[in-house]
Amino acid sequence: MEIKKITVALAGNPNTGKTTIFNGLTGLRHKVGNYPGVTVEKKVGTRKYKNYEFTIYDLPGTYSLTAYSIDEVVTRDFIINEKPDVVVDVLDSGNLERNLYLCMQFQELNVPIVCALNLSDEAEARGVVIDEVKLSKILRIQMVKTVGVKSEGLENLLERIIDTVENSNTQFCPSYGGELETDISEITKALNSDADFVSKYPACWFAIKLLEKDKRAIELIENHAQKEIVKFKTSEKIKRIEKHFGRDSEIVISEQRYGYIRGATAEAITRKPVLEIDMTEKIDAVVLNKVLSLPIFIFIIWAIFQLTFAIGEYPMGWLETIFGWTSELAGSLMADGLLKSLVVDGIIAGVGGVFSFVPLIVLLFLFISILEDTGYMSRIAFIMDKVLHLFGLHGQSFLPMILGFGCSVPAVMASRALKSAKDRIITVLITPFMSCGAKLPVHILLAGAFFAHNAGNIVISIYIIGIMLALISSLIFRKTILKGDSTPFVMELPPYRMPTLRGIFFHVWEKTFQYIKKAGTIILAASVLIWAVTTFPKLNTDTISYDNLKEEFKKRVDINSIKSEMEALKSGKTVISNIEEPEEKKSLSELKEQLIKGEKTIESAVNEKIEELTEARIETLKQEAALEYSIAGRIGKIIEPLVRPIGFDWKIGVSAVTGFAAKEVVVSTLGILYKVGIDETEESEGLRESLRKDEAFNPLVAYVLMLFTLIIAPCFATLAVIKAEIGWKWLGFSILYSTLGAWAVCFVVYQIGSLFV
Amino acid sequence: MNIYDLTDGMSFKILKVKLNGEIGKRLSDMGFIKNAVGHIVRSALFGDPIEINLNGCNLSLRKLEAEGVDVEIVQKETDSLK
Repeated sequence: MEIKKITVALAGNPNTGKTTIFNGLTGLRHKVGNYPGVTVEKKVGTRKYKNYEFTIYDLPGTYSLTAYSIDEVVTRDFIINEKPDVVVDVLDSGNLERNLYLCMQFQELNVPIVCALNLSDEAEARGVVIDEVKLSKILRIQMVKTVGVKSEGLENLLERIIDTVENSNTQFCPSYGGELETDISEITKALNSDADFVSKYPACWFAIKLLEKDKRAIELIENHAQKEIVKFKTSEKIKRIEKHFGRDSEIVISEQRYGYIRGATAEAITRKPVLEIDMTEKIDAVVLNKVLSLPIFIFIIWAIFQLTFAIGEYPMGWLETIFGWTSELAGSLMADGLLKSLVVDGIIAGVGGVFSFVPLIVLLFLFISILEDTGYMSRIAFIMDKVLHLFGLHGQSFLPMILGFGCSVPAVMASRALKSAKDRIITVLITPFMSCGAKLPVHILLAGAFFAHNAGNIVISIYIIGIMLALISSLIFRKTILKGDSTPFVMELPPYRMPTLRGIFFHVWEKTFQYIKKAGTIILAASVLIWAVTTFPKLNTDTISYDNLKEEFKKRVDINSIKSEMEALKSGKTVISNIEEPEEKKSLSELKEQLIKGEKTIESAVNEKIEELTEARIETLKQEAALEYSIAGRIGKIIEPLVRPIGFDWKIGVSAVTGFAAKEVVVSTLGILYKVGIDETEESEGLRESLRKDEAFNPLVAYVLMLFTLIIAPCFATLAVIKAEIGWKWLGFSILYSTLGAWAVCFVVYQIGSLFV
Repeated sequence: MNIYDLTDGMSFKILKVKLNGEIGKRLSDMGFIKNAVGHIVRSALFGDPIEINLNGCNLSLRKLEAEGVDVEIVQKETDSLK
């Protein structure tokens, strides 16, 4: 049998379960991308049914087809340019009037339509009874009742689609009342004088758009052969309408559409009285209660972070172990040399470091999906809007900002929920100031080393400064480069709905996949880059004799303290079970065994330990020298004069720069440069001691370094998603702003601080 | 009298949307048109934004938007019609 292809555009209001229907129709057979040039998600899927192959496009959820919003423009352009065989409008049966408002505009566009009366179970529960046969006749559109979450009605839908496509009659333009009809038909006639033009833009629809003063229509009319006549007629009609109705013609058109819809639905819809207060009202009474809303919200956010980190710890640990094995395996299989170093130190270390984050990302996405799909997300915007609006932000900016405390990558990705480009750009620009999870080790290290008892407060101060910078930056942007009228806030608060497992799964899977794809490629490149600049040019340490240094070191070793260490181990004073590192635990147990059995004497154990320490020391010195010799080190030296005014020497400079790959790298770089070792963590007493002893460091410098890490441009993965969300130009601005900002703030703090210290 | 002037629980009928441009169009598209009915549900802390129920659907509006819609108060119909 011959396979026939049908293209379907799935459209409808937000919150109608459109995506559930899309998933129900296409299953796993779908791909996600972007429409060219805009940050609007493009979703395509396929479905085979009988001898038909359907290609289904999930268009963005929209309330209308104005030129004010990019989602609406993408939707209408798709229909005009791609000319799908049919539009399936997914409607919320409980809110039919407003949902049909969009449908009318599809009819104006002259494209075949099938309506899916979705959420029909909800509507019935609310007492709304729809006679879809009658409604279908009146509106002249095929209607199918569906319950997306139960996959009910989907086959029926496909049948209607086939029927509509195979038997499409010429569409008709809905009639909006005697008064307007004349106006519309006169402009339509004028438009029809250019056959090419109306073959592209349906005349009826275009005429109405002109009367609505649609910006894009006004631009496009310039291409019309008889544009002057059309423009003249249009302004004439608009004047007449505005005089007659006493309102903006845009608004009159809206009213007439609704009038038409009212008439149609009055006959086909009846409402039964329902006595129960529904679940949504009960929940909102608590969750949006003036006094309780904020505490409840804070609790929910707190719970999300706690759960994410608590659960995430396990898979994170496993991934770290797996990458560790891979590293060792590669290390043992490969011959020493550059390639091995590249693979082990560059690729595996770098990629592994960030991939071990993936469990956290997945969990955060999971919780966000649940918040979105249940409907609580819009409540968050409702609660937070007033406060955020004071700083030029939108209620919906709140979630990205909060997520930024965990990781900037999902935070920036979450900014897509903001419909207005300006709101989105500002949100993305300020999100990195929320001190992310990776910056925490740096703060802990420095605060712990230099501020002892006050460490906690110092770290909190950094977080607060971050938030303040974000809010102040937002205000500045709003008043200068991103000026503009406030975008409309009016927002739906949909009924609470139980998310479907499948819906959540797809949601999380898609976001995670995007994250891995974007972050993965960038991080791979960045890891290699950082590896290269810290390795080359290679310092040939073989020629250097470290014997003198070894002797020096051995002389300075505190033999007595090592001896007491060994004695404590043998006698059982040292409690081995307290040690966390499994390897260290193992080797200490072995050593203890050997001491007790007499296989080793205390003296030989001490000597062995000294040799071990010496070798480690020399190794670190070599690393440090190599780093100094490398490009990274040289860059550090070159920028030293630039960072001197903020209190840094070249070593601190290099550490800060390596932070570009990932913030945690700052700690390990400090470890190398401060002669302790590359396995140092922020908790190591050794590293803290070392920093304290160094002349270049003092509490002021430490605090300045914390500020610098906070403000400077975020890691490569975040930069990658920033570029994806707001483009190269704004990415460049973001980097410039944060770098200069970091320098400026640190300069002020350091210089003023120096006067007191 | 506009939507913002009303208190929780009051029912209204819309007379006119006073705002123009994008905001006015958006409100009209969402159903804020002459003769549409609804009631005030609640307001957030500090009185902004407010939640209303319009034609059976819950929406939130900023103070500015609420002030831009002229209404007249109507007697509430029986609770049950949602």
